[in-house]
Amino acid sequence: MRHILSLLMENESGALSRVAGLFSARGYNIESLTVAPTEDPTLSRMTLVTRGSEQIIEQIIKQLNKLVDVVKLIDLTEGEHIERELMLIKIRTADENQRAEIGRLAEPNGGTLVDESGDTVTVELIGSGDQLDAFINSVERSSIIETVRTGASGISRGTRSLRI
Amino acid sequence: MELNGSEILVQFLKDEGVEYVFGYPGGAVLHIYDALFQQDDVRHVLVRHEQGATHAADGYARASGKPGVVLVTSGPGATNAVTGIATAYLDSIPLVVITGQVATPFIGSDAFQEVDSVGITRPCVKHNFLVKNREDLAATLKKAFYVATSGRPGPVVVDVPKDVTDPGIRIPYEYPQEVSLRSYNPVTKGHPGQIKRAIKLLRAAQQPMIYTGGGVVLSEASDELIALTHKLGFPITNTLMGLGAYPATDKQFVGMLGMHGTYEANMAMHECDVLLAIGARFDDRVTGKIAEFCPNAKIVHVDIDPASISKNVKVDIPIVGDVKHVLTELIRELGSRDGNVDSAALEKWWRQINEWKSHNCLQYDRDSDVIKPQFVIEKLYEITGGEAYVTSDVGQHQMWAAQFYKFDKPRRWINSGGLGTMGFGLPAALGVKLAFPDSDVACVTGEASIQMCIQELSTAMQYMLPVKVINLNNGYMGMVRQWQEFFYESRYSHSYVDALPDFVKLAESYGHIGIRIEKPADVEGALKEAFGHKDRLVFLDFLTDKTENVYPMIAAGKGHHEMHMTPECKAPQSSERELA
Repeated sequence: MRHILSLLMENESGALSRVAGLFSARGYNIESLTVAPTEDPTLSRMTLVTRGSEQIIEQIIKQLNKLVDVVKLIDLTEGEHIERELMLIKIRTADENQRAEIGRLAEPNGGTLVDESGDTVTVELIGSGDQLDAFINSVERSSIIETVRTGASGISRGTRSLRI
Repeated sequence: MELNGSEILVQFLKDEGVEYVFGYPGGAVLHIYDALFQQDDVRHVLVRHEQGATHAADGYARASGKPGVVLVTSGPGATNAVTGIATAYLDSIPLVVITGQVATPFIGSDAFQEVDSVGITRPCVKHNFLVKNREDLAATLKKAFYVATSGRPGPVVVDVPKDVTDPGIRIPYEYPQEVSLRSYNPVTKGHPGQIKRAIKLLRAAQQPMIYTGGGVVLSEASDELIALTHKLGFPITNTLMGLGAYPATDKQFVGMLGMHGTYEANMAMHECDVLLAIGARFDDRVTGKIAEFCPNAKIVHVDIDPASISKNVKVDIPIVGDVKHVLTELIRELGSRDGNVDSAALEKWWRQINEWKSHNCLQYDRDSDVIKPQFVIEKLYEITGGEAYVTSDVGQHQMWAAQFYKFDKPRRWINSGGLGTMGFGLPAALGVKLAFPDSDVACVTGEASIQMCIQELSTAMQYMLPVKVINLNNGYMGMVRQWQEFFYESRYSHSYVDALPDFVKLAESYGHIGIRIEKPADVEGALKEAFGHKDRLVFLDFLTDKTENVYPMIAAGKGHHEMHMTPECKAPQSSERELA
């Protein structure tokens, strides 16, 4: 099962490597990991996507909670939540028609053309991991020059929240 | 008062009540050593290798219950300490290890004796800190002691760059009385609902078993464990780390369990219907094959670390909390008189256990004309009246000490159970002797292990630490040899040590007494002589049977009921219980 874990951590040097080190030392899988400061400068928030059996996820959560720098943690996938990831994808286009075609593909998915230079277009797309995957699959693979994704971040719907 | 960084560090240790610092000087900690030199409150013990410093501090901590403190320099000082830090980590021992670091402007420049100490130690510490500002030094040290000693204890590293301890810059110092970490709040009280559920299960048990580990020792909960066990009337087994927390001479004690546990302990684990696990972590050397671990049992698990619960074995009633507190609650819930357990079922269960016990699984050949290692430990037990602090290294001798020295009190048995660190025993013994100078301290070791930290014989001389070294010398790395005999068709690949030193002369060259013992008849006399020398370290070199094996044995990956027994023992041994 895929789980999205959200963590509030002390905004201190080394906190990220404690989390990353825990995953490699115990052989857990990290699908993606994002981290940035929050509105409280002493805290950073990490979103971590991982996969594993219920028993492994339970261990991951316990081991993360044990890290002294981890202040609070929730499993977003336990409840209703919003998942968003940002992708920039640069695509080679031969002519005006192809550029228009990329635009038509991007638009219904909420994508916008953020750059057109020479024979390339760059699309910005925001969505769930699956939506981004679907977009990549809809573009001719050989025309993709590069993609960059932020990894998922997420937030609970409604009153459930991660705060101290 | 205004102090420089080095003085702050030393004054803090004094204010924290630290008696001993185990360490070794070097460039990055010279300022600190200069501050140490100018006071007498905190006593420094100069070891001969930083690994020895960590093990000595560890031994001190295990025996006294107080945190062990280490001071080493940057680079190789820190890396040499890593084995000792990992040893403490695996056994949850509170250490504060202060490592010097190159000055902050040089960090990251591959400076002389620079290593990323925080990075290297991260996977084997409970937590670590790099102190970048001298203003943070005292508060960080306070946090380090708090984290190391609270909750599930463990080692904490504080990396201190040289400029932070600059003697030329003074700042105000006040001992930080309070410490608070919003991200760290260890649980102490067990959940009352879970405790009630556990009681219900214990009362209904037909074939119950209590299995306890090092957590009982760490929690100082020996008295509560004894009271609970007596009230319930259940059989009890201890892990290697838990020995002594329950008196080995008590009639409800069935011996150690696991890979080299007793027949009765392992059989009772296999057949029990309710297992009460307390401060133990279901280590693979204890459980054997997980799929066959206590196949019929409902399991209650008391542990302070939520991550220990259902990590290896899924349990039915987890109780997260401090062992001492939870045991007190369990006793209270059980009520004032007997525990209201099923005494008829229990009587039947004890008959079965006593039948298993009657096979006497720890017997060995007492008529041998070579010295049997088990015999040495039995005599050690007799001569010290069971009152000695016994440290050990790792291997066969460790198992024999665990099996044959009947520990009746906690903190008397001091060994590297989790990491299995050869070289632990001698420096650990020195730490124990500093904590309890008037008690007998014996280091049970082998000729292979002792050579891994033999240099600490010199430390023992300098500080007059008259421990007794019980060297069970069979010429082999005995446990490696045993596995090679059983699982590699007796191909003894590199387990025989061909060029041993003359340990008697070696001990003498360090200024100690050395005695070689070659005959069983001389064992008792030599031990008496050694323990008679109250103020001298005596190195007893026992030339023991080269081919003796540790029994019973559960091969890795086998179940508790699949023990291999000593040829002397008549316990049932089905063909699938044969090794290999």
